[in-house]
Amino acid sequence: MKLALFADIHSNLEAITACLAHDQALGADRYAFLGDLVGYGADPVAVLDLIEQHAANGAVVVLGNHDAAALGHPDDTLNSNARTAIAWTQAQIGAKQRAFLTGLPLIVRDENILFVHASAAAPEQWIYVTSLTEAEESIRAGNAGYIFSGHVHEQKLYYMGASGRPMPFRPVPGTPIPTGKHRRWLAIVGSAGQPRDRSNKACYALADFERGRLTFFRVPYDHEFAAQKVRSAGLPDRLARRLERGA
Amino acid sequence: MNSLGPGSEIDGFRLGEMIHAGSMASIYRLTGRDGPLPLIIKIPRLGGGERAVNVIAFEVCRMVLGALAQGPHHPTLVAFGDVETTPYLVMEHVEGVRLNDWVQRAPVAPEEIARLGAALALALHDLHRQDVVHLDLKPTNVLYRASGEAVLIDFGLAHHSHFPDLLAEELRFPVGNWVYMAPEQVLGVRCDPRSDIYALGGILYELATGRLPFGSPRSLGQLRQRLYRDPVPPRALVASTPAWLQEIILNCLEIDARNRYASAAELAFDLANPTEVALSEHASRNRRAAWRTLVRRWLAARRFEPAPCPPPSTRIGPAPIVLVALGPAQSDESLFEALRDAAQRLIAADDRYRIACVTAVPPAAALSGERYEDTATGRHIKHLVNLRRWAKPLQLPEERLTYHVLESEKPAAALIDYAKMNDVDQILMGAPRSGAPVRLFPGVSAQVMAEAPCSVTVVRPRSES
Repeated sequence: MKLALFADIHSNLEAITACLAHDQALGADRYAFLGDLVGYGADPVAVLDLIEQHAANGAVVVLGNHDAAALGHPDDTLNSNARTAIAWTQAQIGAKQRAFLTGLPLIVRDENILFVHASAAAPEQWIYVTSLTEAEESIRAGNAGYIFSGHVHEQKLYYMGASGRPMPFRPVPGTPIPTGKHRRWLAIVGSAGQPRDRSNKACYALADFERGRLTFFRVPYDHEFAAQKVRSAGLPDRLARRLERGA
Repeated sequence: MNSLGPGSEIDGFRLGEMIHAGSMASIYRLTGRDGPLPLIIKIPRLGGGERAVNVIAFEVCRMVLGALAQGPHHPTLVAFGDVETTPYLVMEHVEGVRLNDWVQRAPVAPEEIARLGAALALALHDLHRQDVVHLDLKPTNVLYRASGEAVLIDFGLAHHSHFPDLLAEELRFPVGNWVYMAPEQVLGVRCDPRSDIYALGGILYELATGRLPFGSPRSLGQLRQRLYRDPVPPRALVASTPAWLQEIILNCLEIDARNRYASAAELAFDLANPTEVALSEHASRNRRAAWRTLVRRWLAARRFEPAPCPPPSTRIGPAPIVLVALGPAQSDESLFEALRDAAQRLIAADDRYRIACVTAVPPAAALSGERYEDTATGRHIKHLVNLRRWAKPLQLPEERLTYHVLESEKPAAALIDYAKMNDVDQILMGAPRSGAPVRLFPGVSAQVMAEAPCSVTVVRPRSES
């Protein structure tokens, strides 16, 4: 089984299309979308329809905080640009897309694998897993061999050591990492639709369970076109610049 | 797993004679297989009573060996078993002599130490360039092939910056051989290629003096003395140790990694060219540091903050040696100037560059001439003078310039060998003169360009039209 993992797509059709083409070339046969399907970007309807199609074919999809906000749940943590984009998104999506979002769970467990947008410790609180303490809480609460999540836009891999403390690792794109079943892993796959680490390439990860390897990727895509669409939609210019600069 | 022995079979591999039984793993030859390589199987000691680090060392060894490009400086990994069910590694059985054999005969002749050390430094550089730090360098972990190339054989404690460092978490005690361990490693830093340079310095010290630079520490307290203590200078123990060798050894054993050789390639260069080693206070030191210095260093050691880990290959950068190949004397002056201009531009672009001025000449019979300048020594000196004359206008400090006269019937091959042995980053050489009726060495530049292990820039003076 080769599982392709995407998070924080944020209505970026160009980015998710490029990532899907990339993983298909590598033989991906299962998909997981780890929340924040919408927000920020200019193609909420097309992106949601694409993911709904994958869900109909068995893909795992979980809810993110921007998705919840688009459904009308108040979220104080969003900044003004994010709120502007959410208001715009709410006007774009129709009943079909809203119904799809409403049906999304916060967390999905598949045997030894757990899918969640933010921390498994309290999925509805949208905790950013940026320190060892938060990583440890998520790993302990998740109680799974593999936890795949997003929310934090940078790619990161935590592994539980014998000492009972998680160890952080910043993956090198394209280098397969042996991730044996005898350890516990927490992988933050990075943002496909709005990377923020000064690279404008889309992030995703591919888990190869037969060979016990996890590979993080950075995929170049037409970020200029995506940024142009953000501007044409009348969304804040800052959101277009983020796609251009990756920051 | 413990009932394994000669004759047992694992995944179709039949075990032969046991050749090593260590605390972490057992090693057997493999029998009944015809292949291009003689093979061994390494089986970690797992199960009740064994240390957890054995499992991790197995995983690390598999990860690092699997990621390294095929090359002469490490055994080729052929197959491996799952860590959860049947962990084993099948790899090339390297035929060679252990560095330990020389260590047991120490003190060893300085020329021999330089040869062994240079080969080992090149092997380390090959590793560092691939983002790996060995971190467990010791005389029993190094073999020499018949070709003279060094082979590193145990990667169980290595660090590869592309993979999670599985050992970092196990550091209640610093893992690795305490005898050769670098000060920063004592503090848990596992990412600095200069830690390997320190360990190599310890081995050179042992080869030169027959003694360990810091004895065999038995407690963490004794091990921590390394953070401020310097070793007895080798020349104070073995008076015949050449100054250049002490210079190299004490440079490697500097407490602060920033004061050591920046890369193993630079160390290899110095070991391969002892007469070119720039001597400093290291060379003349005849006793250990005074107590006042120790107190200062001890205080500094308490404040030591390990730096975050960048990939080793970005830190060591390109090997900063530029070989300038100059023709023998009476070559035309305009070409000399063009080469000097090219060298000048490189030096200005990067102040780490060192220039090796090299001329390749046919060997002279020892008693060939009647006049002094026709004798072998006379000719050699004449070439050196010529090289120095070329380099003088560059106004480079002494430690950034070296001079070499290579005597060979095949100048191109000599230059290529030199570039390989010294991990040269770039070669500057003159173009054959267009329109010249006779070329002194036809095809030298073509052959160097085709076979050199690095970039080659062929310089041609502007024609005066």
